[in-house]
Amino acid sequence: MNTPSSIPVTFSVTKVRADFPILTQSVNGKPLVYFDSGATAQKPKQVIDAIHAYYSSYNANIHRGVHHLSQVASAAYENARKKVQKHLNAADENEIIFTAGTTASVNLIAEAFLRSRLNPGDEVVITGMEHHSNILPWQQLCHEKNATLKVVSVNDDGSLDMNHFASLLNSKVKLVSCTHVSNTLGTINPVKEITSAAHAMGIPVFIDGAQAVPHMKADVQEIGCDFYAFSGHKVYGPTGIGVCYVKQSRYSEMSTWQTGGGTIKTVTFEKTEYVDGPLKYEAGTPNIEGAIGLGYALDYINAIGMEVIAAHEQELLVYTTQRLHEFENVEIIGNAEHKAGVISFNVKGVHPFDVGTILDQQGIAVRTGHHCTQPLMQRYNVPGTVRVSFGVYNTKDDSDRLIAALEKAIKMLS
Amino acid sequence: MATIAETENEIVEDFAMFDQWDDKYQYIIDLGKTLAPMNAEWKTDDRLIKGCQSRVWLYTELKDGKVVYHADSDAIITKGIVALMVRVLSEHTPKEIVDAPLDFIEKIGLKEHLSPTRANGLLSMVKQMKLDALALTAKN
Repeated sequence: MNTPSSIPVTFSVTKVRADFPILTQSVNGKPLVYFDSGATAQKPKQVIDAIHAYYSSYNANIHRGVHHLSQVASAAYENARKKVQKHLNAADENEIIFTAGTTASVNLIAEAFLRSRLNPGDEVVITGMEHHSNILPWQQLCHEKNATLKVVSVNDDGSLDMNHFASLLNSKVKLVSCTHVSNTLGTINPVKEITSAAHAMGIPVFIDGAQAVPHMKADVQEIGCDFYAFSGHKVYGPTGIGVCYVKQSRYSEMSTWQTGGGTIKTVTFEKTEYVDGPLKYEAGTPNIEGAIGLGYALDYINAIGMEVIAAHEQELLVYTTQRLHEFENVEIIGNAEHKAGVISFNVKGVHPFDVGTILDQQGIAVRTGHHCTQPLMQRYNVPGTVRVSFGVYNTKDDSDRLIAALEKAIKMLS
Repeated sequence: MATIAETENEIVEDFAMFDQWDDKYQYIIDLGKTLAPMNAEWKTDDRLIKGCQSRVWLYTELKDGKVVYHADSDAIITKGIVALMVRVLSEHTPKEIVDAPLDFIEKIGLKEHLSPTRANGLLSMVKQMKLDALALTAKN
């Protein structure tokens, strides 16, 4: 596991918590401990205020009107695109497509990029730790095209079997898709290495960054991938907005997918000429307040600093892992050397649902179940896990509350 | 034999003794532990009531005009609540079961477990118990 790098004295988790109005409430009579940021992160007032300001002062449809409000709203929407570009270190703002979320981004690339390239007998490589959203669109397309979905094995410790990965690369593979950080195990995958290996064989690479972008610096140029996706709501922004980064050179290989208003240069009943770049893939009135809110969420985390957030969460990860090891009958699933943001565990002989229910009674919000990774649950032969996931606002005190609540749960359930 | 309403009242009275959430849940957990084991050959996938997280099996039979339920779950809290349902509904006529309002769940403060948003399959369990009873009525 990574050793936490130093956290600057200027970082105050108390100050951070004061930005999140939702965290002050009690649940079942106890102060809320929110350990479910992996499902969705809470929103700072800066994001809530930005959405409020949009609807209060400059709501208008974008890219269409000559009037003042439309100009202001269009500028704000495009400014959000620039913020995303900067955050991911993309080479150009046109590489950023706004989608409804990571799931929509996967579907976009499956339909607009992979569909026309995938032929019978071809292969798509994913890993054994993918979220259902990074399995189903590829699986569906493979079924339809008589292609094969190949799956990289997961080692016992929750890391990828890189030898197996290497053995799966061949000329039939038309895409490699891999998660940057596992939503269930917390494993940080070597996406740069994966991308280089795939590119050496001429294979394009899609990276699911949903669980990485909230926790660490994700640099698409450094990784070198062709596509990178993440969701606004997991990174302290609104729901229903997400991003699909498309490397500029790949645009020419993409066909249209969902078409409609805002995607065109000229339309006649005989034919349509489409615009180039991201707007071609943002048909219809987009989620304007979502994009603006996401921009503010990125401003928020960048003001704290991604390195600071990573170090803070790494410290929580190490501390909470150590404290969970105090229980003889608690088994952590996923012990890879490089982890971020997430701990999955089970109490031996106890169903994760029961643990989650008793934790909830004590004001601790965790997720239990299969975390949309059923194949991974089958890999570890468990019905599900209890998942603790961290956000910038969590504290060691939260971890201590979890441990005390877990102690009680184990006493009651054993 | 107590009526469904009488058994419901008994349970409501039992739960009235608990001031603390943990006593209430401990009682449910203990109920789960004491539920008669379900015949293994009945625990088949077609008798599985699919909830999102815990698995619940239900086997229903008619004995002397009365519906008898056998149930199990792999989660102990779910199993405890299932045990309460079996205690209330088992060995009654299909009509009594179909007509039962089952408002005791709300009265004992477990309503959230029967909410459609609670991913534990219990709401589907209650529906299935009534559907099974209805199916047995139709057969007779």
